[in-house]
Amino acid sequence: MSIAGDNDRKIEKYRRMQRIRQFEAKAEAIHAQGEIPGALHTYAGMEASGVGACMALRDDDYMVGNHRSHGHPIAKGAALRPLMAELLGKATGVCRGKGGSMHLSDFAMGSLGETSIVGSGAPVAAGAALGAKLQGLDRVALCFFGDGASSEGAVHEGMNLAAVWKLPAIFVCENNRFGMSTPTAHAVAGENVADRARGYGIPGVIVDGQDVDAVEDAVREAVDRARAGLGPTLIETKTYRYGDHAVNMGRELTPRGPEHDEWLGRDPITLYRARLEAAGVSAADLDAIDKAVAGEVADALSFARESAYPEFEEAFDHVLVERLPIPDDVRAHA
Amino acid sequence: MAKATYLDAIRQAQMEEMQRDERVFMMGEDIRCNVFGTTTGFVDLFGEERVRDTPISENGFIGAAGGAAMVGMRPIVDATISSFLFPAMDQICSIIAKSRYIYGGQARLPLVLRSCLFYGNSNAAQHSDRPYSMFMNMPGLKIIAPSNAYDMKGLLKGAVRDDNPVLSFEDSTCWMNKSELPDDPDFVIPLGKGDIKREGTDISVIGVAGGVNVALRAAEQLAREGISIEVVDPRTLAPLDRDLILQSVRKTGRAICVDPAHMTCSAASEISATIVEHAFHALRAPVVRVTTPDTHLPFSPHIEKPLYPSVERIVDAARRLVGAVAPVPA
Ligand SMILES: Cc1ncc(C[n+]2csc(CCOP(=O)(O)OP(=O)(O)O)c2C)c(N)n1
Repeated sequence: MSIAGDNDRKIEKYRRMQRIRQFEAKAEAIHAQGEIPGALHTYAGMEASGVGACMALRDDDYMVGNHRSHGHPIAKGAALRPLMAELLGKATGVCRGKGGSMHLSDFAMGSLGETSIVGSGAPVAAGAALGAKLQGLDRVALCFFGDGASSEGAVHEGMNLAAVWKLPAIFVCENNRFGMSTPTAHAVAGENVADRARGYGIPGVIVDGQDVDAVEDAVREAVDRARAGLGPTLIETKTYRYGDHAVNMGRELTPRGPEHDEWLGRDPITLYRARLEAAGVSAADLDAIDKAVAGEVADALSFARESAYPEFEEAFDHVLVERLPIPDDVRAHA
Repeated sequence: MAKATYLDAIRQAQMEEMQRDERVFMMGEDIRCNVFGTTTGFVDLFGEERVRDTPISENGFIGAAGGAAMVGMRPIVDATISSFLFPAMDQICSIIAKSRYIYGGQARLPLVLRSCLFYGNSNAAQHSDRPYSMFMNMPGLKIIAPSNAYDMKGLLKGAVRDDNPVLSFEDSTCWMNKSELPDDPDFVIPLGKGDIKREGTDISVIGVAGGVNVALRAAEQLAREGISIEVVDPRTLAPLDRDLILQSVRKTGRAICVDPAHMTCSAASEISATIVEHAFHALRAPVVRVTTPDTHLPFSPHIEKPLYPSVERIVDAARRLVGAVAPVPA
């Protein structure tokens, strides 16, 4: 890769992290005013984990994520307008207003879902990897899951299946130190989730989840392995979620210890900005990116606001491939 | 056309569909060794990539079928016994049934999840489930429950070609029943279409899966008593051919729903409710369910066998229903 190309990549990583941060800041602000229904599981603090991982993927590679779903599609390059519209429950939303905050999933970007049943994405990723392999495609499937999810049987089953069949899958455990209110150490036996890889005979890699370059490098190595037919890798990104488990839980759920400030001091975007500046990128150029992203977010919000809500019939669509009949008494009162 | 068993109908359907469409592949526990006789010769024909033995990991490989379907494959999963679907409820209900909906139509999950209803043979409670009605309460799934070899072949082929996830519940009490099976590779029975298995005028007996065959035997006996039974086989439980059921009941004015599932919230319950709601004025007698009572299935055959719908129970119910509106003899 040329220096210029490498530089573009770095800028792109910065831009995507900024997009996530600003998209969510806007979402939180309008959520507080009642403009977004439901809860918001924010990704702030974890941007390097998602962006680093997705930058190691091709557009046509598959990705499965979880309820903390805002960061993953943006990290993979999805357009912001349909994502914001989805948060507002609009017909133009990426899921036509039927998924909402926990399910921002853009299949056009290779996503196969952001599933809110904790751990349930792992078998899906294994299956997508199997599908790619059977079709002779060199695509890989990456699965994001949390430290809390690592205790679910589905995660074990997905990883075991991928390992035993040497599937092109990458399992990325985003260890943000909590599952809702529960500190990882109270729920996860052993020091690291990544150590479990040994049990499957696959590489287990621990990476600084606040360092977007390090995450990208680790995931790239896993992707190369997967494409070469050498099977899956388990990667644990050690990261931190700034916000509470979700906005709109009624009360604070997550107990914060003294390490909170240390983590805030290792903000992935601030760290990366400093690295870029040290490498010669001008502060003015970076400011310009921040500003452009603010424009994108504002544009996405206007789009979402101007969009219509789904027609009532939409509630009956996409249950099956065929449209369902709507009961008369329900329609009469819709 | 040649006569073949219900199990062989499954084999034929799978083989023809795998020959027709490269995207179709199979996975399940110990399917290469062909435990039930539905994959005879498959490894030689299709290779190990398309005939995959899985770990004992139902939630894993059933979910993986969902993932593979989302990226363009058309998996057939053999989960063997339907009780083994329970560890995979997570993937069936949260992923397979809902992904198309949650993601606003972006996902398509053409897959078939096969399992047998393994009741009536002293396999005790944990292996004898008939759980289709649990899944009837879950939108996003189609469900077939064929009662003979002909329907089995046609419906399974229809299921493989369907773009929705389909659960196939295969009644082990029908395994050895034979039908003439068409060899036309495009013989397909459309999902959602029921079938009148025997025409009659006095009572509609709507049977589910193996319950259809019990109903047919009861109908023989009742015919000798002068009671004419119409046997209706919905064949597909989701979507349910309500029109066919209602049409029959409007003609006969009486209905018995025969279902090997436990009574409460059974398919028979849903069919009964449909009849009462939409054909109330045609009814000349109460709708009756002949089902398995709401107790578990014991091991000892002595106490297991009487729990299922039987010819005797259907005959009793039929006599009562006809008597219920007959003039009281002077
Ligand atoms: C099967 C299941 N159990 C419980 C929940 C409720 N729940 C939602 S998120 C969550 C915590 C998940 O923690 P983790 O996997 O670490 O992800 P994080 O929220 O920290 O990103 C829980 C318990 C759920 N959604 N699904």
